[in-house]
Amino acid sequence: MELLANLGIGFETVFTWTNLLYCLAGVFLGTMIGVLPGLGPTATIAMLLPMTFGLPPVSSLIMLAGIYYGSQYGGSTTAILVNLPGEAGSVVTALDGYQMARNGQAGKALATAAIGSFFAGSVATVLIALFAPPLADMALQFGPPERFSLMVLGLVASIVLAHGSLLHAVAMVVLGLLLGTVGSDIISGTPRFTFDLPELYEARDKFVVIAMGMFGLGEIIRNLEDEHTRSVMVKKISGLMPTREDLKRITAPILRGTAIGSVLGILPGSGSIMGAFAAYSIEKKISKNAKNFGKGAIEGVAAPESANNAGAQTSFIPMLTLGIPSNPVMALMIGAMILQGIVPGPSVITDHPSLFWGIIVSMWLGNLFLLVLNLPMIGLWVRMIMVPYHLLFPAILAFCAIGVFSLNNAEFDIYLLALFGLAGYVLAKLGCEPAPLLLGFILGPMLEENLRQAMLKSRGDPSVFFTEPISATMLALAAASMIVVLLPMLRKKREEAFQEGG
Amino acid sequence: MALIARIRNPRDFWAGLIYIAIGVGAVVLAQDYKMGTAIRMGPGYFPVVLGGLLMAIGIISVGRSLVREGEPIGSFALKGLLLVVGGMLLTGFLFRKAGLVVALPLLIMITSYASIKFRWGASLALAAGLTAFCMLIFAYGLGLPLPVLGKWFGA
Repeated sequence: MELLANLGIGFETVFTWTNLLYCLAGVFLGTMIGVLPGLGPTATIAMLLPMTFGLPPVSSLIMLAGIYYGSQYGGSTTAILVNLPGEAGSVVTALDGYQMARNGQAGKALATAAIGSFFAGSVATVLIALFAPPLADMALQFGPPERFSLMVLGLVASIVLAHGSLLHAVAMVVLGLLLGTVGSDIISGTPRFTFDLPELYEARDKFVVIAMGMFGLGEIIRNLEDEHTRSVMVKKISGLMPTREDLKRITAPILRGTAIGSVLGILPGSGSIMGAFAAYSIEKKISKNAKNFGKGAIEGVAAPESANNAGAQTSFIPMLTLGIPSNPVMALMIGAMILQGIVPGPSVITDHPSLFWGIIVSMWLGNLFLLVLNLPMIGLWVRMIMVPYHLLFPAILAFCAIGVFSLNNAEFDIYLLALFGLAGYVLAKLGCEPAPLLLGFILGPMLEENLRQAMLKSRGDPSVFFTEPISATMLALAAASMIVVLLPMLRKKREEAFQEGG
Repeated sequence: MALIARIRNPRDFWAGLIYIAIGVGAVVLAQDYKMGTAIRMGPGYFPVVLGGLLMAIGIISVGRSLVREGEPIGSFALKGLLLVVGGMLLTGFLFRKAGLVVALPLLIMITSYASIKFRWGASLALAAGLTAFCMLIFAYGLGLPLPVLGKWFGA
């Protein structure tokens, strides 16, 4: 019954007026920005992150988690209503969700997404509470070689699951790692690549600037390319509540989606897209009305939305227990923890139990808020979606400038934001995705530190990474997943998957 | 120029050149830091390895671009790029010197101009409204230390 005691700690932490308020504010703001077409969770969180810096660590992480669910939810809303998925995970939802909306069933699709997400979120939260502590106990035994190999595995996973060319994904990781070396060297204190600029001595904090520049600014410039093709029309929404018949139809898909999403979400690098995609294709295979898929099948919304949300939730497990981000959102979370003075990793559970369990309880609560608050407020979200883009993006840019400035009170960060916006746009034009770069940047310093410690311990013998069984297993997994995607047959499959998925 | 003519995949080619340039730059700059040995890695070790790796990837990418067919890069949204990046740089320059009162409306006007739907009236209204909103919420409401009026105004 240790679990109950732990959850008790969590409820005690969350159920203060201020923390409840921050959770609610996070969910609300996250949804508000997340519904804006073209802004996915990563950009939303990067934009809103500076707002949480003044808060105490627990409140700040509770609010961030809320922003994350909110933006996920908002992404599904835009996917269904205007066929503009804000992130990869809701691409699958758009397939049938948008068709339902066109058939006048927008309300039903939104409600299905909300119910599926809530159920999946609740189950995934319990899974985290059950599995995180034993995993962290195991991870506490890890030495530098194991930690190094674990990070390599995480980076390889982000390469394998990136869209587009593998070669460029590898390059992005290496570039991110290289950017991570900017600043004073942890061990010797030597300033590296700082060009005598004092602003760059603490470059590790710049992850917000990088994320906001590459995901926010870069995306805005890209959207300006095909502006005339973007027109947003939303039909009137009616009939929110699904009928008893609908509920019967979506029960099994929600259960299956939750199971698939939970499992795939734990894998490093996968986040929510693989789960959503897998759940959709499985549902399509076993469904009796398979021919309706793609034409507005309610199962085609229920399964991927549940999987999406379950995966979004369970992707916290590697982050909380190992300190390994499985996607760019978790990378931002880790960065936020570091800024709050918390070293992410297995010791968080033992060192900060109220923080850890508080986050877990707030996850469930955030999902509950989404369910009870957001459906009645759908009219407000629709109005947000309808804000014309040419008025929206200058406002976003203004908020970005203010947010970035207030990080360190430095105009230098605004210059950096502009540069990373430029870099993000150019790289995207060349077919390079920014997500692996951000992961490399966050993990880089930890990777280097563990590499140096491991080599010192082994007296310079690199075979230590292959002779320690746990480390060897993780490196073997990393190598295997690389080989698998390089195999011509599977490679074709992967490309198809990403084509259909986005 | 003969090389340029043989490029079959311009994306791979230019990305590769960028990787090579950054890789070379990193390795050259890192010469100032101690390399150390494999046992006791100095501050230069990791950056040199990464720079070398990036150079190698760049060479592969350029090589591949001569052999394997690929999509064209497509046109750059040059106007949007210049106005958004330039507007943001100018904002950085003015932020503390002139303050929010000047920097924000300028940023909004300049970047709005990047849109094909730009209208003077709507953008001016947006600039005024948003600047007032940001000052009220962020500077006064949330109490962020933002320079509302800059040094130029004697603040």
